[in-house]
Amino acid sequence: MIGFVLFFAWLGFGGDYIWALSSTHHPFPWLGILLTGVAVITAWYAYTTGPEKVLWATGAHELTDPQTDAERQVVNVVEEMAIAAGVPRPRIWIVPDDDPNAFATGHDPRDSHIAVTQGLLTICNRDELQAVIAHELGHVKNLDVRLMTTLAALVGAVLLVREGMGRMMRGGGIPTRGRKGKSAGPLVAILLALWIISWIIAPLVSQLLVLAVSRRREYLADAMSAQFTRNPLALASALEKIEGAAAPTTSIKSGAAHLCICDPLGRRLTNSEGWLADRFATHPPMSMRISRLKGMGYAQLKKEGGSFTSSAPV
Amino acid sequence: MWVLLILIVAVGLWVVSAYNGLISLKNQTVNAFKQIDVQLKRRHDLIPNLVNAVKGAMDFERGTLEAVIQARNQAVKVNASGPEGIKQISQAENALSGALSRLLVTVERYPDLKATGNISQLQEELTSTENRIAFARQLYNDTATQYNTKQQQFPTTLVAGMAHAERTDLWEIEDQAERAVPQVDLSRR
Repeated sequence: MIGFVLFFAWLGFGGDYIWALSSTHHPFPWLGILLTGVAVITAWYAYTTGPEKVLWATGAHELTDPQTDAERQVVNVVEEMAIAAGVPRPRIWIVPDDDPNAFATGHDPRDSHIAVTQGLLTICNRDELQAVIAHELGHVKNLDVRLMTTLAALVGAVLLVREGMGRMMRGGGIPTRGRKGKSAGPLVAILLALWIISWIIAPLVSQLLVLAVSRRREYLADAMSAQFTRNPLALASALEKIEGAAAPTTSIKSGAAHLCICDPLGRRLTNSEGWLADRFATHPPMSMRISRLKGMGYAQLKKEGGSFTSSAPV
Repeated sequence: MWVLLILIVAVGLWVVSAYNGLISLKNQTVNAFKQIDVQLKRRHDLIPNLVNAVKGAMDFERGTLEAVIQARNQAVKVNASGPEGIKQISQAENALSGALSRLLVTVERYPDLKATGNISQLQEELTSTENRIAFARQLYNDTATQYNTKQQQFPTTLVAGMAHAERTDLWEIEDQAERAVPQVDLSRR
């Protein structure tokens, strides 16, 4: 968050500095103040309204008065898992989408939201739904939700500001160096180059930040789901089902992709391994997650001395 | 001289954080134990309503329903405290769990019955109620284990006396019959 504000301050004040060096007049750093202000406001705005924005963007509606059996079940399951995790019950939202997916958002465990798609309710049995909800509550308990939601809003803000600035620059034109600033030629050139590069990579940097944080957190939330339900195989089978129905979740936009239990965009990157996928996918490869969960499941069964078929949810 | 001072401050800070960590875990354990109570109470309150709702449809299984009500009333009556009290409570609650699982098995036996809206709702509510209690116990056991481990492990154990940390008991299933119960998997749809 602070990094974000500082980065914007650099973009703004750096621009002013270059401008001041290259021209004799224009001493007032309006661009710097403006951009820093924008950054502070967006950061604050992103933090406070992030959850509402994310939920609004997916078209979710809150489940306050469950009517059907499926709705009653999801409310019960969320309450059970909140007990298991030792957190207050989050608010429950339903996303009207046939593709199975789920995500969590909010600031802290006392103010959190869990959203599931209609599709998830139809394809998952009770155990699997429980495992998915437990995964999301894992995110809530780890405070991932705060970080992730803020990041989601910030990535959006960076993209927006850059688009706007790009248009302004093309319209207004940047001062060409060397015309007036003969005294500080090379310095200005280097600074200008750095500055322009910063502008270009701004969205990329914020995106990479999101990705790096989010992949690690997925494994952790998977492990917490296993801890809460004591049933890692249920999550494994839920993930298999979700993967099987890997049509893109149309109502979840790319900005909120890293919040979901599995990549809603159905990108092939998520399912491949290797350096590139490691850096650029929002989620670890599904096969890796499933095999880790199955490893936990078998270890548990071995300890209990049961057989695989007796307790594995199908 | 300076080294000594820094060392004293560092040790002091560590003592404070270890002490606070133990106190926080202690309170979490107490809270988790209360959560079990809350869930047991919730079950007591829920059962009469649930049974009333299905009485009509399940007239031919009157005995099973009455057993549930009786076990529930028995569990409500137990009002003891102390280690003996906990034993009594858990016995009564286990009896109630047994009666409820028999009811669920009975419901499973009549596929026609499950088609009725009330019954499927009953099934869901009972499953959820039992799950809540199980998860509340699980949370308590997890927190208590964490607390016990913390106060016994080496550096923290030095502060344990200061924080009045004592080993807490885990919630265990006592009678063998209850332990053998997990049978019909009702969580499948």
